[in-house]
Amino acid sequence: MPEPDSRPASNLPPLSLHIPEPRYRPGDTPDFGDIEVPAVDATPRPGEATKPDAMRELCYGLVRVLDFDGQAKGPWNPNLAPERLRTMLRYMMLTRAFDDRMFRAQRQGKTSFYMKCTGEEATSIASTMAIDRADMCFPSYRQQGILIARDYPLIQMMNQIYSNRGDHLMGRQLPIMYSAPEHGFFSVSGNLATQYPQAVGWAMASASKGDSRIATVWCGEGSSAEGDFHSALTFATVYNAPVIFNVVNNQWAISSFSGFAGGERTTFAARAVGYGIAGLRIDGNDPLAVYAATQWAADRARTNNGPTLIEHFTYRSEGHSTSDDPSAYRPAGEATAWPFGDPIARLREHLELLGEWDAERHEAQAKELDELVKTTQKQSEKLGILGHGMHQPFETMFEDVFEEMPWHLKEQCAQMLAEQEAKFGPDWKPE
Amino acid sequence: MAEDTKTMNMIEAINSAMDVMLERDPATVVMGEDVGYFGGVFRATAGLQKKHGKTRVFDTPINECGIIGVAVGMGAYGLRPVPEIQFADYIYPGLDQLVSEAARLRYRSANDFICPMTVRTPFGGGIFGGQTHSQSPESIMTHICGVKTVIPSNPYDAKGLLIAAIEDNDPVVFLEPKRIYNGPFSGYYDRPVEPWSKHAASAVPEGYYRIDLGKAATVRDGEALTILAYGTMVHVTKTIVEEMGIDAEILDLRTLLPLDIEAIEASVKKTGRCLIIHEATRTSGFGAELAALVQERCFYHLEAPVERVTGFDTPYPHSLEWAYFPGPVRIATALTKILKD
Repeated sequence: MPEPDSRPASNLPPLSLHIPEPRYRPGDTPDFGDIEVPAVDATPRPGEATKPDAMRELCYGLVRVLDFDGQAKGPWNPNLAPERLRTMLRYMMLTRAFDDRMFRAQRQGKTSFYMKCTGEEATSIASTMAIDRADMCFPSYRQQGILIARDYPLIQMMNQIYSNRGDHLMGRQLPIMYSAPEHGFFSVSGNLATQYPQAVGWAMASASKGDSRIATVWCGEGSSAEGDFHSALTFATVYNAPVIFNVVNNQWAISSFSGFAGGERTTFAARAVGYGIAGLRIDGNDPLAVYAATQWAADRARTNNGPTLIEHFTYRSEGHSTSDDPSAYRPAGEATAWPFGDPIARLREHLELLGEWDAERHEAQAKELDELVKTTQKQSEKLGILGHGMHQPFETMFEDVFEEMPWHLKEQCAQMLAEQEAKFGPDWKPE
Repeated sequence: MAEDTKTMNMIEAINSAMDVMLERDPATVVMGEDVGYFGGVFRATAGLQKKHGKTRVFDTPINECGIIGVAVGMGAYGLRPVPEIQFADYIYPGLDQLVSEAARLRYRSANDFICPMTVRTPFGGGIFGGQTHSQSPESIMTHICGVKTVIPSNPYDAKGLLIAAIEDNDPVVFLEPKRIYNGPFSGYYDRPVEPWSKHAASAVPEGYYRIDLGKAATVRDGEALTILAYGTMVHVTKTIVEEMGIDAEILDLRTLLPLDIEAIEASVKKTGRCLIIHEATRTSGFGAELAALVQERCFYHLEAPVERVTGFDTPYPHSLEWAYFPGPVRIATALTKILKD
């Protein structure tokens, strides 16, 4: 084998590989002072039919409505009636109460897994409230707020989390992987970003049938790195699909900070630029900004002006899931240092400033919702909890693989039933 | 039936199946790379866009993950998508949407959502397609729980099976043996290609009919041994058997999943010998599954070990494709061996 040519003498430094690293690790004191926060009324609100190229700066700015004193200002102010604001606050508080109780239930060994959305409530609740009830939502795994905002029965969520007798998914899915077609909520996969092209397909179908319904879909900034994300944006721009893409940039994908999805180089909203899609980067902890941006995108989609990508700039205040320990990779103080505060506190402050809410009502509502969740939990637990017996007939394991069960599954089902009978005796019934 | 039949090759029969379904069911949509105005690189969708309109038959970006993912969403809306993947070799970028989404949707949502999608895709070699236009991925499909796998071997079956696949409420992978699109293949690549018009199965009804999934067809009755084959290999096998004057029973499986186990069992118990023939690579190929089933169910009827004739465990070579292909010599050798034992 011949010797490879030696490199010509060069005064260039050697190449070096960049491995992204978050600025703060456990033990550091986080300081987010360098995050650019434009004035609350500084971002113009273009018409819903504006061409994407004419509104690129919105991919790099930050749509805001609530300032840090609780005032709603600027062209994006959706001017919601106080009653609507109170409903939004109630849904967010209910979601947090639900999360707290289900997290505890997992810690008490009542289920295998749970995921909270603390700090990110606005990104699903305000967003869902800004679209029509008939529009179709394709959630990722942290959008329980959609179900809450559409008044899905809490007990059904809990039954699913417990895989109990009341779980209409027959205990087949990991907790929180809900499915609720009557509430316009697509089955949660558990694989990441696969719902993105599916939402586009649903939206394309709606458009091709001359329907008026649109689709919305969520993923995290981490899973925006998946090929499915880019497949979806390609199809959406090609067919001008009536779909809203939400990227919830909560800074962390388990232990990987947003830099591992490209966040060191540009914004996630800017992904829209290359596809010729409208992009909005918004304060995801500002429920009114989320509402206003979603309403803008929904109006755009519904008038055949095409898709919108919304980056919800927010922060994951808690661990990824009950299986995660964020203290192992990020400082404890990040959530409190986050400059955009907490969405519930901010909406509360706004309502109080309007004279439409007060501390007394807030405390009373918090208590009422805690009670509601607690009572519902007791009802759900009467239908069983995971690990305390098996709640579904064994043969349901083989049902719904196909519409009709083929012979090989019938054979395997008979084998399994014989195994269980040998173990539990012939009189066993689901608990 | 006879007065409405027309002589069709495989392509025309497949085209006719989609035409019939686009006409019958407004939920049916056909999409894929180059399938619209142009009518597909193999012409399977020729004329369909002009007849049924652009929103029913349309081109897609070159993005198989997107094609299958979008089809899952369309199915959730209530459409009945029939995506084409231009070559079966290109299905891999869309495999996650097929395996983890389409195939699982009914199960994971306990019937809240279904995926009535039929993925059509040409597969197999013998057209000098090289390693990226020749593969036979059927055992990858049969290994997924929740997907049906169908492989026709002639125009009549292709149309009836495709209509049944489109009407099926579960995802179906419909693998089209492209070597026999224009005529049945004898296995002798150096002989002229016989057109479909000389074959009885080219008489295809112009209207609607279906062949239920999960049923094998007996191509040839016989007593000496049972040969299990599908797609292109049905015709190659039949040629060799007839040349050698062997009284073989040939089953064309037509659907690999769900498999027609009753037909296989009855035939092998009758003949006592079983040869399995496929073009796909050998290791973990569908032949391994068939061999296991046959020995589980027919062991005490067997007079010789179950044999497999397959492609080799190499990528499909370009210039040496006929050395790879399980052709007349490989089949004759196996027949001689299994009948001698």
